[in-house]
Amino acid sequence: MTIHERIHSQSAAGRLSRRGFLTGAGAAAGAFSFGFSFPLPVRAVAQEAAKETVKEVNAWVVIQPDESVIIRIARAEMGQGSLTGLAQLVAEELDCDWDKVRFELVKPGENRRRERVWRDQSTGGSRAIRGSQEYVRMGGATARAMLVQAAAQQWGVPAARCSVAKGVITHQASGRSTTYGAVAAAANGIAPPTGLTLKDPKDWTIAGQPVKRLDTLDKLNGSLVYGMDISMPGMLVAIPKACPVHGGKLKSFDASAVSNMRGVKHVLRVDDETVAVVADTFWRAKTALDALPIEWDNGPNANVSSETIAAMLREGLTADTQFVGNRVGDAKAVLAGAGRVIEADYGFPYQNHAPMEVINATVRWTPERCEMWGPTQVAEAALDALAAAAELPAEACEVHVVRIGGSFGRRLTTEYVTMATRIARQVPGTPVKMMWTREEDMAQGRYHPVTQCRLRGAVDADGNLEALHMRISGQSIMAYMRPSIMTANGDPVTFQGLMPGGAEMAIGYTIPDLLIDHAMRNPHIRPGAWRGVNLNQNAVYLECFIDELAQAAKVDPLAFRRKLMANHPKHLAVLEAAAKGIGWETTKPPEGVHRGLAQVMGFGSYVAAAAEVSVKDGRLKIHRIVAATDPGYVVNPQQVEAQIAGSFVYGLSAMLYGECTVKDGRIVEENFDTYNVMRLDEMPVVEVITVPSGGFWGGVGEPTIAVAAPAVLNAVFAATGKRVRQLPLKNIDLNLS
Amino acid sequence: MAKLNVNGKVVEVDVEDDTPLLWVIREHVGLTGTKYGCGVAQCGACTVHLDGVATRSCALPVSAVTEENRIVTIEGLGAETPHPVQQAWAELDVAQCGYCQVGMIMAASSLLAQNPNPSDDDIRAEITNICRCGTYPRVLAGVKLAAERMTNRG
Repeated sequence: MTIHERIHSQSAAGRLSRRGFLTGAGAAAGAFSFGFSFPLPVRAVAQEAAKETVKEVNAWVVIQPDESVIIRIARAEMGQGSLTGLAQLVAEELDCDWDKVRFELVKPGENRRRERVWRDQSTGGSRAIRGSQEYVRMGGATARAMLVQAAAQQWGVPAARCSVAKGVITHQASGRSTTYGAVAAAANGIAPPTGLTLKDPKDWTIAGQPVKRLDTLDKLNGSLVYGMDISMPGMLVAIPKACPVHGGKLKSFDASAVSNMRGVKHVLRVDDETVAVVADTFWRAKTALDALPIEWDNGPNANVSSETIAAMLREGLTADTQFVGNRVGDAKAVLAGAGRVIEADYGFPYQNHAPMEVINATVRWTPERCEMWGPTQVAEAALDALAAAAELPAEACEVHVVRIGGSFGRRLTTEYVTMATRIARQVPGTPVKMMWTREEDMAQGRYHPVTQCRLRGAVDADGNLEALHMRISGQSIMAYMRPSIMTANGDPVTFQGLMPGGAEMAIGYTIPDLLIDHAMRNPHIRPGAWRGVNLNQNAVYLECFIDELAQAAKVDPLAFRRKLMANHPKHLAVLEAAAKGIGWETTKPPEGVHRGLAQVMGFGSYVAAAAEVSVKDGRLKIHRIVAATDPGYVVNPQQVEAQIAGSFVYGLSAMLYGECTVKDGRIVEENFDTYNVMRLDEMPVVEVITVPSGGFWGGVGEPTIAVAAPAVLNAVFAATGKRVRQLPLKNIDLNLS
Repeated sequence: MAKLNVNGKVVEVDVEDDTPLLWVIREHVGLTGTKYGCGVAQCGACTVHLDGVATRSCALPVSAVTEENRIVTIEGLGAETPHPVQQAWAELDVAQCGYCQVGMIMAASSLLAQNPNPSDDDIRAEITNICRCGTYPRVLAGVKLAAERMTNRG
């Protein structure tokens, strides 16, 4: 019998007795003591800081007697690589030996105890580096000054006469030298100097370099412990199930039907809408949960479907009440009197973040103390949620942060921390690892919001864009996620990439008469910040419609954009770079291959993409993408490249397949078999051009996602003559009619 | 009850027959390098070698495996010296969040065992694991680099 035959056979189980293979701490120890050695010629595998008590130099820097440099990282690492970038910035100012750098993650309780010396720990909006670079660099510079002062005092010389290279301090005049490790303890007692000047980025030697990530090796041998991998003595596993109709309630469940099943310890009501099975292992908890009779009160949303949501949004396309995000002149009047008006309706569906690591959190609660181990993008908010659900003061709680198996905005909310704590409270003293199934993760997401957009543009006889009205109708993320930032008129975050100006999300076109407004329509499906957030759909709407207008004007899409971008040189520069890179005006694409362009500003950076695609027998192939980015400064070129290439996977997965549909009030897609994502066989070649112009700090993790879909969709039009206006593409027949 | 050969050691585990191999490896054997991603053999985060062949363990009941089958997990792959795929992954900084990468490495090392000199199209067709961070370009480059190294060495 082959193994593949055995896959379908249940008869091959042995009948041997159990021996010492245990779950719990022994298991975790086993994972590490499996005789794995990894003598790669890079750095040590174990990146967690050593436990011996060495006094820090300051909050950012600890230097051990063996000269290893531990840099503290306050922002979450979920694959985006900012951990390494932040360490580079500290190390640059510190003038230490990069090969000796390790890292340690900051716990939010510790941050609070130290009066937030590490400041904001939230990690979203592509802000990890740009939001903290100045004080992080100053942390490194201050530590350097303290170390040098400590050496100078020992020698009785002026600190200004000492120099540093790779962690070695030298007093040139006397020829004396010492090391950071030798003076680190003394530096701890030095008063931190103020008024230090940060290096000019053009003098960087560690920052700005394509160094390897600090956190790689334990990802390659299985030794990295993600939240899902946490194990403790006596730990139990909880799997929750919430009412699949958001807003519905848990009416009842029959615990007696499953409480005798093997391994089952508890069947618990978690909150008004959630039940959980607590067992000794995942599989036993899941088996019992699947067998548990549950009655839901689905509530008023039980009849909502994708169709009713679409109708609700359609009404908003023409509704009178609206929130204006950008107004120049009187677009409505110009459109009313225009000879030629181009009009199109677009739509962008719900998306699940679908990170590879599903939602999880391990919590141990006692009447005196409550701790969580697990992933979060908002460590301090997670601590607050933990304390609130534990009904304990925050000082009696701690969140032990871990590196995250992908997140993309999903873990900016803390409802799962609350949930895990409510479960753990019912099992006092026992660590409980709450794990969601992929199906629960798909059903209880915080989805990319659903919107539609009606665009109307007037083009004059000379091919000039006279007026544009862009009406967005649909869901506000912030109305659900952060009502405090809503204005009296609506959600300002709706207009990402369309704002009249500013350093964050400005539109790149000057249009004589322009109106961009929003009719908020909030279905019951819970929205969230999905990597790229509102920039994603806004870029599809505007950049695809600009192409439609160019077509109507019978002007090349690049030339048409140039005319509108004279006042937006940074937007234009990246567009020109992408166009040049693909050969827009210089080389013909191969036979059957067609091109498309898009540009946008988001998260403080300017990005553009040019795509080459072909469509054969209705099948799309994306051959090549040239992406250009101006993020102001580049801290690690090879990680920026990885982020940009990865942005196309995320953005094009959404464009090709991403769609959470709603039926009977619940999300239909349950797993990757119905919520498909891009795989290696569909990956185009991505050429990354960075054109950092300096003078500002933009983000990198998100903006490029927004140009992925419109660049490809504009190329699809060039290839087929078809405008794809409702995503995803899997629902569209691309056969040439 | 099941008896398994994991990374060259025979282990006995007291589990229900329908328990997926993944959860036996993770919770009963205690090796957490092999990941849960979907539970329906779609994403490949749970990939192990079963008699040398990349196999998704999350939908494979433990009863389908006997101690005659050699199971190798990520913890066993480079136990002596790092596998050329692991070396290539380190050299090219392939991983982002890393969660899917153990499955990628298991799939890639199995591919190279069967096809030491795969073309780009072979790699694209054979490596069907999901990565949400989007490491695919470096996965492709990593498999090619490992193939080159293995060929030169061999």
